[in-house]
Amino acid sequence: MDTAQRTKPMSSLTAGERQHGVAADRTAGRVVHPAWVRICHWINAVAMIIMIMSGWQIYNASPLFEFVFPRSITLGGWLAGALLWHFAAMWLLVINGLVYVILGFATGRFRRKLTPITTADVIADTRAAFTGKLSHDDLATYNAVQKLLYAGILLVGVLIVLSGLAIWKPVQFQYLTALFGGYDFARYVHFFAMAAIVLFLIVHVVMSLLVPKSLRAMLTGR
Amino acid sequence: MSLFRKPIIGVDKRLLVKDATKLMPELSRRRFLSGGASLGALTLLTGCEVSESMSAENLLTHISKFNDKVQAAIFNPNALAPTYPSSAITRPFPFNAYYTLDDAPEVEEKDWQLEVTGLVENTRPWKLDELYALPQETQITRHICVEGWSAIGSWTGVRLSEFLKRVGADTRAKYVWFRCAEGYTTSIDMQTALHPQTQMTFKFDGEILPKAYGYPMKVRIPTRLGFKNPKYVVSLDVSNDYKGGYWEDQGYNDYSGL
Repeated sequence: MDTAQRTKPMSSLTAGERQHGVAADRTAGRVVHPAWVRICHWINAVAMIIMIMSGWQIYNASPLFEFVFPRSITLGGWLAGALLWHFAAMWLLVINGLVYVILGFATGRFRRKLTPITTADVIADTRAAFTGKLSHDDLATYNAVQKLLYAGILLVGVLIVLSGLAIWKPVQFQYLTALFGGYDFARYVHFFAMAAIVLFLIVHVVMSLLVPKSLRAMLTGR
Repeated sequence: MSLFRKPIIGVDKRLLVKDATKLMPELSRRRFLSGGASLGALTLLTGCEVSESMSAENLLTHISKFNDKVQAAIFNPNALAPTYPSSAITRPFPFNAYYTLDDAPEVEEKDWQLEVTGLVENTRPWKLDELYALPQETQITRHICVEGWSAIGSWTGVRLSEFLKRVGADTRAKYVWFRCAEGYTTSIDMQTALHPQTQMTFKFDGEILPKAYGYPMKVRIPTRLGFKNPKYVVSLDVSNDYKGGYWEDQGYNDYSGL
C-alpha cells in the first residue's frame, strides 16, 4: 500500500483525476503539447532570455539595490545596446505572448490544464513534493503545484508587460503608471516580476532535466 | 553573361580589376582576392554589403527606427505630463552629463546669444534679456533619465511653441535641432516641439538656472527622456533633415518618448 501510493502521481488521489490518469495511460503516445504550444514555448524562451539579460544590463545603469549583474551574463554591452535588444525582443515577447494567451483560452487548454486549483490540493501536493512523493508520471495532467505555478507565471507575465509599459510610457500611459504607484514604484514591480520569472525558470529547467520526457514532450509533442 | 565577356576596347581587363580592388577596403579586398564565394566577393557582385545588412546590430537599428514610428503614433499632443506639488521636488536635483560638473560649460551672459537658423522667417539671434521678456510659466514635472532614475524639478521659462511662432518658424517642418555650448546636440520632432509643456527654460526652482542645470538656457521636454532635454543651448535649427544628436548617433533610440 505504502509503495503503491509513493509511485502514484498525486493527481490520482481523487476519483475524477484517477479516471484522467487511466485515460492517459490508455492513449499513451498521444500528443501532450500541440504544435502551437511548442512553437510559442520556444519563441517565448528565446524572447525571455533576451529580455532578462538585456534587462540586467539596463538595471546596471541605475541599480535599485546594492548589487549589479556581472557583465558576462548581460546582453548589449552597454546601456544603448541593451535598450536596443530590450525594445526589439519586446515585440517578439508580446506578439508571441498574445498568440499563446488567445489560443490558450480559445482552445480550452488553460481551463483543461490549469483549473481547478484548490487550496487543499495545493497543500497536499506541496507536501508530497517536499517529501519526494510527487511524480510526473502523466505528463498530460498537471498536479496542483504545477497548475498553481503555470497559472501564476502567466499572471506574472501580464504584470511584467504592464509594468514595463508603465516605465516606458509614463506620460502617454500615465494612468497605468499611476496604477503601479508611479514611475519609481513601477520599476520595482518590473524588477520583482523579473525575479519571480527567473526563479520560476530555474525550477522549470531543473524539473525538465530531472524528468527528461517532459523536455522531449515539449520538443516532439509526445 | 556573354555581354560581360566581350572585351571593352582600350581597357585591359587585368588592370581594371587591379584598379577596382584598390578602391575596396583592405578586408574585402583580401577576401575578394582570396577568391571564391566569400562574403567580400558577394558584396562586390551584388553591390550590397551582405554581412552588414545581416548583422544583429543592423537589425536592431532597423527595429529602433520602427519603434520611433510607433512612439510617434502613440504620442498624444494633448496629453500633459503629470505635474507635482512643490513639496515633491527632488533636492538636491541631480547633475548628470558625460562630463563632471567642473568640466561643464561656463557661459557668460554678455558672450551668449541664441542663434536661430533653418526654416524660420527671422534668423536674428536672441539675447538673454530679450528671451526673459517673453511670457513665462512654471512646471513641476518628472525628469526621467534613460538610465532609469527619475527626479522631480521645477522649471520656469517660455513655451517653445510661443518662441517658434515669434520667429516665424515653419511648423510643418519635421525637426527642431539644438546645439549646445560644449558641442552637445539633440533633435526633436515638430509635434514634440509644439507640445504645451516643451519649454525654453531659464529658471530652476525659482532661481536663474545654475551652471549644473544648463545656464543660461535649457530646453525642458517632460514628454521625452532626459538626454533629449539639452542644457547650455546656443543654437536652434528648424529643418526637414534629421541631423542626429550626441547620444542618438551612438545608438540610443531617437524618439525616446515618455
